[in-house]
Amino acid sequence: MSAYLLQQIINGLVLGSMYALVAVGFSMIYSIVRLINFAHGDVVMIGALSTFFAFAVMGLPLWVTIPATVVIGAAVAALIDLLAFRPQRGAPQVNGFITSLGVSILIQNVAILLLTAQPRPLRLPSALKANLDLFGTRLSVLDGLIVASTVLALVVLTLFVRRTRLGIAMRATAENPHAAQLAGIPINRAIMTAFAVGGALAGFAGLMWGGRYGQVDPLMGFVPGLKAFVAAVIGGVGSLTGAVLGGYLLGLAEVMLVGFLPSDYGAYRDAFVFGLLILVLLVLPNGLLGQSSEDRA
Amino acid sequence: MLEVADVSVWRGASKVLDRISLRVEEGEIVVLLGANGAGKTSTLMTISGLLRPREGGIRFRADGREHDLARLAPDRIVGLGIAHCPEGRQIFASLSVRENLVMGAFLRRDDAVASDLDRMMDLFPVLAERASMRAGLLSGGEQMMLAIARALMSRPRLLMLDEPSLGLAPQVIDRIFDIIEDIRARGTTVLVVEQNATMALDLADRAYVLETGRITLSGPADKLARDPRVREAYLGLGGGTAETEARA
Repeated sequence: MSAYLLQQIINGLVLGSMYALVAVGFSMIYSIVRLINFAHGDVVMIGALSTFFAFAVMGLPLWVTIPATVVIGAAVAALIDLLAFRPQRGAPQVNGFITSLGVSILIQNVAILLLTAQPRPLRLPSALKANLDLFGTRLSVLDGLIVASTVLALVVLTLFVRRTRLGIAMRATAENPHAAQLAGIPINRAIMTAFAVGGALAGFAGLMWGGRYGQVDPLMGFVPGLKAFVAAVIGGVGSLTGAVLGGYLLGLAEVMLVGFLPSDYGAYRDAFVFGLLILVLLVLPNGLLGQSSEDRA
Repeated sequence: MLEVADVSVWRGASKVLDRISLRVEEGEIVVLLGANGAGKTSTLMTISGLLRPREGGIRFRADGREHDLARLAPDRIVGLGIAHCPEGRQIFASLSVRENLVMGAFLRRDDAVASDLDRMMDLFPVLAERASMRAGLLSGGEQMMLAIARALMSRPRLLMLDEPSLGLAPQVIDRIFDIIEDIRARGTTVLVVEQNATMALDLADRAYVLETGRITLSGPADKLARDPRVREAYLGLGGGTAETEARA
């Protein structure tokens, strides 16, 4: 395998990790309230801005900044559920969809009001920028940490959803909210937990995004959010494994397309992503691992 | 222990319950009879807080206190000791049998949950065999047993069952009715909704008959079983031969 190909695979895994973290949140929220939450991408932005404030402005160390960012992401997402979505629980799906667009625009504009749309530089410690030499390819410490911590976060998430009472309650609520209530599950708490867990992952993704590209701005959540949504759909909305798979596939495909097509096509990377979405949906309307709508109760 | 007083419930533009009143005393088996669409399921859903009454009150006595169920969230009502085994079983098909049972005890914080889990497996050996299987793969009768076991995991004082015989083979229905007797014998009060009037009246102490959202008859079960109106409309005697014909 050529070093160039290996390098592209590594880059694809790094990008895919960030997509996967955000896509998992999309999928969790969708499966429990049947809501495509377009404000989810803005939680990524809030995570990046929190990192900027905590680390670059306030000068807090990374070991404080990272947990703080994760907590802020979780809190913001839970608050979005509480203030925007809970009051209209039971309303038609399209209401929630429009609300999520409204929340997204609101968050972006509040951030612009507070900070202006000007991108701010986010410089992480130079130790993270150091390159490791791996079979003739370059892997920065940061990239290695991104992939490793994503895998760790996804393992913890899986254990949470599979093994804990609250995690099982989330799955029960996603399958049948009425029966869940009759079993004594406070479903609003289960739903808020899904938002908070998704928000924590999105906030963490924002930290890595800002750190990797070296700058943060109020609109930076939009495109990654949209692409993570594409990843979730490719994987099969509602399936967590599917979202992870979709995230990595999308990251790899995007990097490969840019890396192997003539450089003139690089500017069209977003078009390739959405083209890929259309292609997958034509062949597999439910995504790679999604259940068909008849299977869903 | 439970008193429903003059309750009216609307679903959208239609009034599904019209000033119904009923009560259930400690240790009883009470059955609610009625045709499809009479309001039986709505009655149970109102008691468990999934539907809200527009008029009337629902009082439940627990721990020496009276609680107004019409103001409480469904999970609080479960917490007071009312378990509702819903229409069509509604087990969590994608969860394992064991996970379904664990969810039935979601609100409990005591140490006896694990021993209750074992007790359910003893009571329903088929659930023990299939403990780690996806609940959706169980047969209809097994799902019904799981639904009852899940409801019992909350250690209810009052168990409400919505059409436990629906869609099951006759010998499975016999088994389910034996189980209901057994549950009462262990000290749990039971409120059953049924279309299978013959078996239900045989099982129950008292019965209510619902017709288009109103309670039209009530009394001791053996007395209702002899009542000509019940015999004609629900027991298929004196009128058509099949229960289904009697709904007209």
